[in-house]
Amino acid sequence: MRWIWIDCFVEFEPGRRAKAIKNLSQAEDCFRDHLPGYPIFPVSLLLEGLAQTGGILVGEVGNFQRNVVLAKISSVQVHAEAYPGQQLEYEVELLDYREEGATVRGIARTEAQIVAEAEIMFAHVRPDQIGLHENFVFTGELKKLLGFTRWQQASKQ
Amino acid sequence: MPSKQEIYEKVVATLVDSLNVEPEEIRPDATLQGDLGAESIDFLDIVFRLERGFGIKIPRGELFPESIFQGDPEYVQDGKVTAKGIELLRQKLPFADVDSFAKDPQLSRISELFTVEMICRYLEQRLQTEEAAASSVR
Repeated sequence: MRWIWIDCFVEFEPGRRAKAIKNLSQAEDCFRDHLPGYPIFPVSLLLEGLAQTGGILVGEVGNFQRNVVLAKISSVQVHAEAYPGQQLEYEVELLDYREEGATVRGIARTEAQIVAEAEIMFAHVRPDQIGLHENFVFTGELKKLLGFTRWQQASKQ
Repeated sequence: MPSKQEIYEKVVATLVDSLNVEPEEIRPDATLQGDLGAESIDFLDIVFRLERGFGIKIPRGELFPESIFQGDPEYVQDGKVTAKGIELLRQKLPFADVDSFAKDPQLSRISELFTVEMICRYLEQRLQTEEAAASSVR
């Protein structure tokens, strides 16, 4: 199963902030059971989208050489529900960055309103800390996502 | 520079946000892990919040050192911290109440060194140092 919960970046300022979007489609598996007859986008997946947006912002600071792992959702406020057909915009701002990890503040919006706000902390995890020998986070899809967005932007210019 | 009381109040607010505890649960001698339920990842969160709240940089390992003894038998034997280990603790944790710990130096009690008061003492000294450095530049 693909585990990418953002469609693309629309803004990316290295080391500062990023904005990504996610189009919610009725075809997505999560709407089958959540909830039958009343499809709402699960908050856990919404937070995953914010975390992926923030994680790529954090990972880019270290040139994707560090494993950025979601460590703690320090705070979260949910203001509204999001439904199929809506577009979610994830905006994150880098609050702290240091050798051990980083914190971002994120806001998820639809066109109409703020859906949720969260503060998310990431830890930098060395492969040997979890019994691995090589990096395990930015190995493919997540890194390519930013690369593709940059290619699109360059193509427009 | 903020007073001791102001530092304490700000530390309490930081811990309330970071550990999701009630202000009434926080006392100067409360231990971060045993009394307030902090987990290892919370220590980094606390450092981030203190840096933001007090406008300072806290070097890695200065407030919360990692792996102090690293399994060295010189420092720990039969589950107890040795005299040499106690000396190392005094160096690495100058703001902690190592004297009380030394009376019953069970390694399993090491987390009791990390208290609210210890954070406050660290911040008092850190802020004093920063203020002295700033005034010498002026």
